[in-house]
Amino acid sequence: MVKQVEQRDRVVIRFAGDSGDGMQLTGDRFTQETATFGNDLSTLPSFPAEIRAPAGTLPGVSSFQLHFADHDIFTPGDAPDVLVAMNPAALKANINDVPRGATIIVDTHDFTGRALQKVGYASNPLTDDSLSSFQVHAADLTEITTRALESFGLSRKEAARAKNMFALGLVSWMFHRPAQGTIDFLKSKFASRPDIAAANVAAFHAGWNYGETTEAFAVSYEVRPAALPAGTYRNITGNIALSYGLIAAAQRAGLPLFLGAYPITPASDILHELARHKRFGVRTFQAEDEIAGIGAALGASFGGALGVTTTSGPGIALKSETIGLAVTLELPLLICDIQRAGPSTGMPTKPEQSDLMLAMHGRHGEAPVPIVAARSPGDCFHAAVEAVRIALTYRTPVFLLSDGYLANGSEPWAVPGVSELPDLHVDFATEPNHFDGDAASFWPYLRDPDTLARPWAVPGTPGLEHRIGGIEKADGSGNISYDPANHELMVRTRAAKVAGIARSIPALDVDDPADADGRTADVLVVGWGSTFGAITAGVRRVRKRGMRIAQAHLRHLNPLPANTGEMLRSYRRVVVPELNLGQLAGMLRADFLVDAVTYNKVRGQPFRAEELENVFESLICDAAEDAHV
Amino acid sequence: MSEGVNLGFPAFADVPRTDVAQSAKDFKTDQEVRWCPGCGDYAILAAVQGFLPELGLRRENIVMISGIGCSARLPYYLNTYGMHSIHGRATTIATGLAATRPDLSVWVITGDGDALSIGGNHLIHLLRRNVNVTVLLFNNRIYGLTKGQYSPTSELGKITKSTPAGSLDAPFNPVSLALGAEATFVARAIDSDRKALTSVLRAAARHRGSSLVEIYQNCNIYNDDAFALLKDPNTRDDWTIRLEHGEPLRFGRDGTKAVIRDPGSGALAPAEDVDADDPRVVVHDASAEDPSYAFALSRLSGSDLRYTPVGVFRSVSRPTYDELMREQVSQAEKANGGDLAGLLRGPDAWSVG
Repeated sequence: MVKQVEQRDRVVIRFAGDSGDGMQLTGDRFTQETATFGNDLSTLPSFPAEIRAPAGTLPGVSSFQLHFADHDIFTPGDAPDVLVAMNPAALKANINDVPRGATIIVDTHDFTGRALQKVGYASNPLTDDSLSSFQVHAADLTEITTRALESFGLSRKEAARAKNMFALGLVSWMFHRPAQGTIDFLKSKFASRPDIAAANVAAFHAGWNYGETTEAFAVSYEVRPAALPAGTYRNITGNIALSYGLIAAAQRAGLPLFLGAYPITPASDILHELARHKRFGVRTFQAEDEIAGIGAALGASFGGALGVTTTSGPGIALKSETIGLAVTLELPLLICDIQRAGPSTGMPTKPEQSDLMLAMHGRHGEAPVPIVAARSPGDCFHAAVEAVRIALTYRTPVFLLSDGYLANGSEPWAVPGVSELPDLHVDFATEPNHFDGDAASFWPYLRDPDTLARPWAVPGTPGLEHRIGGIEKADGSGNISYDPANHELMVRTRAAKVAGIARSIPALDVDDPADADGRTADVLVVGWGSTFGAITAGVRRVRKRGMRIAQAHLRHLNPLPANTGEMLRSYRRVVVPELNLGQLAGMLRADFLVDAVTYNKVRGQPFRAEELENVFESLICDAAEDAHV
Repeated sequence: MSEGVNLGFPAFADVPRTDVAQSAKDFKTDQEVRWCPGCGDYAILAAVQGFLPELGLRRENIVMISGIGCSARLPYYLNTYGMHSIHGRATTIATGLAATRPDLSVWVITGDGDALSIGGNHLIHLLRRNVNVTVLLFNNRIYGLTKGQYSPTSELGKITKSTPAGSLDAPFNPVSLALGAEATFVARAIDSDRKALTSVLRAAARHRGSSLVEIYQNCNIYNDDAFALLKDPNTRDDWTIRLEHGEPLRFGRDGTKAVIRDPGSGALAPAEDVDADDPRVVVHDASAEDPSYAFALSRLSGSDLRYTPVGVFRSVSRPTYDELMREQVSQAEKANGGDLAGLLRGPDAWSVG
């Protein structure tokens, strides 16, 4: 039978199953093959905080969504074109996101009385017509898998565990994915159990062949490679990119990298990743708590290392006092906050942008800290390098904000050449800098007039012995000082130092293409962090429909680019979509007296392109009406 | 004792030394010392300044890290590198510094509130990891800097501003706590006994790994004479048990008291009128691997300070966290030196154009 091949420009697939079904692995493999094939892609893993939530329940559902296309895309997709549901819970938890006409592949194995009741199905959705508006492919994938593996001598349970590879094989056939990478991967992953490796490979082939030979699947789909700019690419998640950014920055600075961290979702993978790269002189310290993590990092910085601590919101709360100490010690320190939904434990595996105010103001006293935010998984690399540049140049703690969406999501990333990375070489102080007659001494708070940074004299440097501490220091000498005028000078100087960083960062770049008549937009959308993809996709949609909208995305949140106010004021409307209740919008209003419109969502999910399209459209219409009045 | 045999300073094997003779004066700073007149901290500072030249280390390779409290001001008065950090966290900062800089001699200056209350967690983890850091714990059994609240080492029922009807919580014995945390070196000294304090500092400095030295320190403002029993010439010899490695634990002004081991239960107890050749008298062994002996010693004294052992309770050797970390790193560097471009590219890269 010759099967039909249809061309698609983009496809969204969601794999969903029990948290023990291996859906993240399945999604990962499909992603890797898709990347190798050359599509542009974006992923959204979603999983419960519980490691093994009760099997077959709605809270136990784990899913992985992948959007891939023959052109550049920015989001993991609003709604799946294909849902793979491995049990009733997975179907029930995801069906509301699936648009009519979409394809649903269901493993019918668990669609029995008790399992259906457990998730609240009164009748079997596969037989009661409730799925009639979808293209449903229902088959007992578990049974087919175990039968395919009969000759492998595995227990039924072991054989059934390969059903995710069967599903992957089927979907890989359906979308013409390469297979070799997955086969190699399975062989290496199960190197110590060759029988399991062979069974998984066989299950993958069985799934592939099932698609090819079964009449149920009449059509397969082709999504051509995307025309990405020339270069070397790899698929990368935000946490890996951030880890590599830290390693690269430390290498470019010629400093040992020291990470002090305490395990916390969704930041732990940075600790795991860095712990694997000791060959780059990376030292990772799993501390007894969040406070010890940053304390050790600060101690390492005092000794001339690049001190880094990684955490999420609750950890930042615990680290606040030490961040304040780092502000006044004026030592380089990087604080990575992989934000998650709060307050308190909140929803640990779900993203939110709700720590911006925490990063801005979450300390006692006047304690300004520069803030850099990453906009996409791959951008976590460059944001980390930039954050390190600021920390080293200005001798200051710096916040690097990412979130759970960037941390676990992935995209093709143009691998930078090492020589293209900035030179972050640091000059430690080696000589006395203060002269009183013939007496030469070292003043730890005698600043560079340009950056206002103080000298970094590391222990072991003869003649520069000095003491620093949390008590206010006299300008220059660094001796303890309770002098009122000195304190005011020091507070204002620390603020001026951080504000002055604006001179070293690029101006805010506003993307506002003029139309055929040379007209530009009335509405400017301003974002920061992980909403970049969704905002860009939304902007693209309204422009495609002939409307004009300008877009700017902030990498530096403190200080803001010097031209930010001017840019904001040159638009009739400014809209700030955020996954919080309006934190950046509040900053822009306070700093620039701009009546920024907010659009906020706190559901632990990223924005969808379509919802932003609607928001932008209505603002564009409003602004146009204003113009007529 | 074992340290006495080894004239080197294994703790400072990687710390550069100086040939230039040093004196206490070299370790003084131009900062005015601002402790209350009569404070026990002065004696400790003088002992530290007097002892440091003996180490023969380059001054710039010594770092003093303190937390918050009266004791925490000490780094300002020592002409080395120093950091006066935040309450309870000096041990964490010292951990990061020691882990990255084997060429430094790192000291933590702390107090009973700083180390045992707000910083209790970090202290036990420093000790269990055996980071190469020497901790001087000034124990005055009171919060001095905040003007006189009871501390985690204050005796039960202590009347203070915050406990006008008497404190309700049982105190820590810092030596017992440190031993429970598997510390490899634990000692106790008294601020006013310069000779014994210096001897303990010397042993602590030599020890490679975490050393905890509890120093009974008099706060003459808020808890004066807290340790009078151990200082008064009329009582001190009767209640102080001086620990000398390899020596029998005899004490008392005429040497007739001793720590004896019950032959049946093995329990240690002080006893009076013990014969010179009594086989039950315990011979001190600071190098005993089993910490239960040192722990039993630490339990001889209670809050009332009777039968207080002073000296080195335990000094055993165990690999230090920082050297193990450095070993892992240097092995990885040797085995597979960092190819940054290769790391960034990864195994699954593809090319476009």
